Amino acid sequence: MILIVTFLVIAMLVAAVSAYFFHDLLSAVIASCMVSLIASALFLFLHAPDVAMAEASIGAALVTAVFVIAIRRTKRYEE
Amino acid sequence: MRKIIGIILLIIIAWGIIISLQKIPFGTSRAKVADYYINNGKEETGAANIVTSIVVSYRSFDTLGEVTILFLAAIGLGAVLATIKRKEERKTEKASLILFTGCRFLFPPILLFGAYIFIHGHLTPGGGFQGGAIIASAFVLMYLGCHDKKKINETGSIISESLGGLVFVVIGLIGLAVGAHYFLNNFLPKGEFNTLLSAGIIPIIYIAIGFKVGAELSKIIDLLMEES
Repeated sequence: MILIVTFLVIAMLVAAVSAYFFHDLLSAVIASCMVSLIASALFLFLHAPDVAMAEASIGAALVTAVFVIAIRRTKRYEE
Repeated sequence: MRKIIGIILLIIIAWGIIISLQKIPFGTSRAKVADYYINNGKEETGAANIVTSIVVSYRSFDTLGEVTILFLAAIGLGAVLATIKRKEERKTEKASLILFTGCRFLFPPILLFGAYIFIHGHLTPGGGFQGGAIIASAFVLMYLGCHDKKKINETGSIISESLGGLVFVVIGLIGLAVGAHYFLNNFLPKGEFNTLLSAGIIPIIYIAIGFKVGAELSKIIDLLMEES
């Protein structure tokens, strides 16, 4: 249990930091989506399924879709 | 250089949050209000899910405010995007057969799951907001997978959105007129605990919220996709 949570937290940290460093904005958006997804799993481990559901559907699905649409409209690569 | 400054600022903020969180005694004893909700929530609201009994019964006025905020956000986005002229049709690659069929196959089960989440909001985890967001994500899938074929029925989305808000406010006003005379008073019978038809007005309000949130979020996605 504690091992799974530790692994998830480390993966979340890696995803968050890599979202900051990516020059390809699409990859950055996917990395931030991964942060939301892992956060939702952690909420589930903390016995908060309501929050986990909201985080998974809004944070991981809808926000990612909005960012992807915004990238399609602007530029994909950062200078 | 900018990135290094950003990382240093982030570390300082994280340190501040850690320092301030250490002062809060987590998990020692419950506050008085939380204690009251946990002990009396079941009898007073009839909802098996305590989170729902707080969100829709004790704090339902706040929920009305949240729904209004979402409504205003959708209106603001529509107003901003309405001023931008539509560009000429961009050429989009046609989705492959597997993607197209997969999207069309997954769309109804996701809708059904969202409806299940908000209809059973008073029994199982989840509720109107979560169910509405899941329904909107089904529309996202449809738009990304085969958006050249399908489009949201505009009248249907407007009708379900307005009807959801109207049902919420009208039920609140009925509660004001009947019984204990306060806004969103739970005036319907509580029914048998832990069955679908229980908890008075809570399932009705959650169904209304589910329709409203689902229509609003999918309308936002629709507006954004249309402009891009």
